[in-house]
Amino acid sequence: MSKSTSARLGGLFSYRNLLSCFYQTLTAGIVIACAYYLLLATQENLEARHIESGFSFLSQEAGFPIGDSLISYSPSDTYGRALLVGIINTFFAAILCIIFATILGIVMGVAQVSGNPLIARMAEVYVEVMRNIPVLLILLFVYGVVLVGLPSVKQAIEFIPDGFLSQRGIFVPRPIAGENFIYLMIALGLGIVGTVFFLKWAKKTLDITGKSFPTIWISLALIIIPPVIIQATFSDVLTWEVPELKGFNFKGGWVFRPEFAALVFGLVLYRGAFIAENVRSGIVSVQKGQREAATALGLSPERTMRDVVLPQALRTVIPSTTNDYASLVKDSSLAIAIGFPDMVSVGGTMIGQNGQAIEVIAIWMGIYLCINLIISLLMNIANNKFQLVER
Amino acid sequence: MSEQNAAPAATIEQDTVISLVDMNKWYGDFHVLKNINLNVQRGERIVICGPSGSGKSTMIRCINQLEEHQTGSILVNGQELTSNTKALERVRKDVGMCFQHFNLFPHMTILENLILAPIWVRKMPRKAAIELAMNYLERVNIAEQSEKYPGQLSGGQQQRVAIARSLCMAPKVMLFDEPTSALDPEMIKEVLDVMEELANDGMTMLCVTHEMGFAKSVADRVIFMDGGEIVEENEPDAFFNNPQMDRTQLFLSQILSH
Repeated sequence: MSKSTSARLGGLFSYRNLLSCFYQTLTAGIVIACAYYLLLATQENLEARHIESGFSFLSQEAGFPIGDSLISYSPSDTYGRALLVGIINTFFAAILCIIFATILGIVMGVAQVSGNPLIARMAEVYVEVMRNIPVLLILLFVYGVVLVGLPSVKQAIEFIPDGFLSQRGIFVPRPIAGENFIYLMIALGLGIVGTVFFLKWAKKTLDITGKSFPTIWISLALIIIPPVIIQATFSDVLTWEVPELKGFNFKGGWVFRPEFAALVFGLVLYRGAFIAENVRSGIVSVQKGQREAATALGLSPERTMRDVVLPQALRTVIPSTTNDYASLVKDSSLAIAIGFPDMVSVGGTMIGQNGQAIEVIAIWMGIYLCINLIISLLMNIANNKFQLVER
Repeated sequence: MSEQNAAPAATIEQDTVISLVDMNKWYGDFHVLKNINLNVQRGERIVICGPSGSGKSTMIRCINQLEEHQTGSILVNGQELTSNTKALERVRKDVGMCFQHFNLFPHMTILENLILAPIWVRKMPRKAAIELAMNYLERVNIAEQSEKYPGQLSGGQQQRVAIARSLCMAPKVMLFDEPTSALDPEMIKEVLDVMEELANDGMTMLCVTHEMGFAKSVADRVIFMDGGEIVEENEPDAFFNNPQMDRTQLFLSQILSH
């Protein structure tokens, strides 16, 4: 009986193996056939439209203007430089968004678990509203509010000395390095070196005598005060190019157009809600007993948060926040909807002009992949630092 | 041990470390602790027992205000516990506590667990804190594990570390909240040994525990709680051999029957 059963089972297994082999081969065959067909079709289409494939178009003249550029650019520059402007814009917007979304997320996340019911409720409303609305709508809304709400250039608000806020954007003075600027850099460098030594000394003093210092404030003073002294005593260190109203717009200074402000503001508002949720769930996930043990030892609530709760919360906060950073970077391509010239927007214009869609899309995908892989790498390094050692 | 308490009237003259006066606590509508009155003298070892849900843990958690009480008063070292956070932190420095689930900080090494509070609460230099910590780790026979993480230790070892961590703050009173309930049987003894040694050194202790052997050999007084009230308290001999109340007799017959 048992012999015949095992024989039958053996036959069944080999039949299954054969079947799975067949299906795997079939699937692989279909995939290869599809890929081959697509390749052929693409080649045919490109030939029919007389589009040359390859990246040589990058050195041709672009011929279109770009509204925001952190590097010098004019329509007579090449496609390559135009795309570079877009890539830098994407990078710049993404980095700013990540920084501010993280700050907003931490504040709102901690607020949600704070003892104050009013603050907790307000943070909850913010999170629920923001994460349940499509990000595109938030961007359009913010952009609309920015454009409608701000005064015209003639009535620009001077929100800081020589800094103006108007429908045309935010204008702030641009620092220009003078002849003696090098002294300021030296002072700054010395301040930073001094801070490093101070922090080491403070740690040592704490270890030896148990005395602690307000390290954050002293460090800030050490970094900020020397450059300020240099600026005040020497002439021609750092001068400011002040934006001035000429004709219909401001000239000079640094310009952040409303499109850029709306993009950053909208993405930060949206993604901050997700990060807030991560932070809240991270804090809640730390066992109640941890807080009780710290409290029972007489540690203050701040110490408990800093040394006991947050380090453990980070274990769950970091992986999910990595996802949010990746989504944030990808969402920045929605800039095209409000007219900020990010990589996708600039690339789209190029495709319209010369039809090199495959190459441009390949570049887009390559850049997004690079940015997100770098983020993943950094976050994984951080994550490994906070993992618990188990048996 | 029982000589100390032979004449209860005389002990009132000793200095009182903890006193609960007409303390009441509610969870919503549920009356968890009803008119608790308890005085603990310096050096006294008290074991609190009773069926689960009788309020034993809640009562000792009120002593360092992990739980708030609503009416009545609690005095620790003569200081009344109010909601003043700074005053509470001062009281907590002098009241050590061990939990059923140890609650070691899993992201710190054993040594870091021990020196955290001495450095930040007692403002002790790191070097002195480490010396102190190693001292206590040796006392609980675990010094060689000081660089390991809690997750790498057995339950019994973790509980001994937790006791050492509390002792580093040089507490005047130690509270134990079912310290052996989460342990495998073979590890219970190593923890009870440490506690017994602590008791012999004259530490004032309040232990919530189901270890009746420990109660018999170590306690000066056994308190039986049921339904949020202190039903009976007596010295161990009298408590175990001649319980006065029906509820106590029932409880003892249930736990001592097997």
